Amino acid sequence: MSASSDVGYHAQRQARWHYGEAAFWLIVLACGFAFPTRYLIMTDILRLALFAMSLDLILGYAGIVSLGHAAFFGVGAYAAGLLALHGIINEPVLALVVAGLAAMVLGFATSFLVIRGVDLTRLMVTLGIALLLEALAERFSNITGGTDGLQGIEMQPIFGEVPFDMFGKTGFFYSLAVLFLLFLFARRVVHSPFGLSLRAIKNNPLRAAAIGIPVNRRLIAIYTLAAFYAGIAGALFAQTTAIASLDVFAFERSADLMLVLVIGGTGYLYGGLVGAVLFRLLQELFSTITPQYWQFWIGLVLVVIVLVGRQRLHRWMLYVPNLVIRQIAGRKAVVAVPESDT
Amino acid sequence: MTIALETQNLEKQFGGLRVTRDLSLKIEQGARHALIGPNGAGKTTVINQLTGVLKPNSGRILLEGQDITDLAVHKRVLRGLSRTFQINQLYPDLTPLETIGLAVSERLGHGGDWWRRMGTRNDVNDEIADLLTRFHLLDAMNEQTVTLPYGKQRLLEIAVAIAGKPRVLLLDEPAAGVPESERHDILAVVGSLPRDVTVLLIEHDMDLVFSFADRISVLVSGALLTEGPPEQVARDPQVKAVYLGEEPVNV
Repeated sequence: MSASSDVGYHAQRQARWHYGEAAFWLIVLACGFAFPTRYLIMTDILRLALFAMSLDLILGYAGIVSLGHAAFFGVGAYAAGLLALHGIINEPVLALVVAGLAAMVLGFATSFLVIRGVDLTRLMVTLGIALLLEALAERFSNITGGTDGLQGIEMQPIFGEVPFDMFGKTGFFYSLAVLFLLFLFARRVVHSPFGLSLRAIKNNPLRAAAIGIPVNRRLIAIYTLAAFYAGIAGALFAQTTAIASLDVFAFERSADLMLVLVIGGTGYLYGGLVGAVLFRLLQELFSTITPQYWQFWIGLVLVVIVLVGRQRLHRWMLYVPNLVIRQIAGRKAVVAVPESDT
Repeated sequence: MTIALETQNLEKQFGGLRVTRDLSLKIEQGARHALIGPNGAGKTTVINQLTGVLKPNSGRILLEGQDITDLAVHKRVLRGLSRTFQINQLYPDLTPLETIGLAVSERLGHGGDWWRRMGTRNDVNDEIADLLTRFHLLDAMNEQTVTLPYGKQRLLEIAVAIAGKPRVLLLDEPAAGVPESERHDILAVVGSLPRDVTVLLIEHDMDLVFSFADRISVLVSGALLTEGPPEQVARDPQVKAVYLGEEPVNV
């Protein structure tokens, strides 16, 4: 192999689909058939996963920290809720896209504030924007329904064909389809030169500029895209639960999202998905065991993760599967610890 | 003779401290120009102004006759002005392949492409392969940069700057901190830069300066002390006094 084709081969190494990835999505799909009584919680996990993937795009790839990502989630949720409530756009998929675009506009507008600062400033600015929106939603209760939220949302069938059912089956598969499509898109983006330049900016903004990368423009672009994703997650929330209330903007929502990424890891897109599953399962588990003190146990888990290090945990967890793969396939582990996961 | 890079009466102050004093430099097209001076003479501050990291308080900077004083860092790069850093400024998590691939992509205008995957453009791949080979990084192309030996990181540092196909290249102490055993590669690489690239070298290592440069400017306390061909600078009593000590220099 010539050096050049060798380079091309290795440059696409991470962009290629791995067996593990295909298995992951097949398992998710299988869950939809295996647990027909659990659609509501599973749909909740899918939404959280999409929301977390949105934060991963800016945090894991571009290194922008945010404590106010719920701002976009909330705008998406209210936009979708209002569109359905007033019958402005009745078709859910179209309404979903429009709600996402509304969040995207907000993301673009606020990105200029976010790119100016460093980490601490960014935390405060993003937090502040989410709080501002929450207060605004409360103030304009004639539009948002105030503390009662939007009530009486009735969803029309998807594409005018598939109606939402009371068990949440449609909602689940609808959310899964949206999540998968947006995942494919994000996957494409992060393996492009643009995606690579984001990682370079996260690693070293000074050098990134010194090789000709327009740093601010790239950060604005990814922040705007992430806002679109978060807005879609919020719109899915409003569409599948038929509610939108003030807590879509809540600080806890943004903070939980950070926890999801701490559990799942950042910078390889699956972190948000895996993290969302583990986070909700832990939440369920602990709240069944000790309904009052489940937050204590979540806290303990986080401390352990941070102290032991996610990379080591991954290695322990994947030890047996990798052993099997080596034995059977006679080659190195297919299920690998993501590289940027330190 | 055309002038590749020029500063006119450059001034930079940090608070009350004048770090660059009325500095006027002319660097000729294709020159191997060295900027030397004792520690704290303000050499790196000059580089930072040339590249746009710092804004001068007054004075102009001209690249090939065009005023670039107010241009942003990345725009100067696209105009053909690249630099290396005295302390490696690399991307610890990225591999040499990705690092160089990115620099090449940006130069060819594919940097903002958010759809096509890395590694699918043959012109980019060819260039990456060429650079990795020239800089002895082909074997290490999939290693994370942070795990590379220092000498390799230093080579990568220079390779990244070259990937921008600069017409003017600023080398800020390219051999700094490199162990003796790995030094040879770096000197060879610096020595083999194409002649149409104008090089401004900032260096402490006098062997490197006098073997490489055809013109030397001496900076002391932010001001230009003297300038001339190496033999003349080496003989200059002022230079000996402030910089080279009292020992005679072998050229």
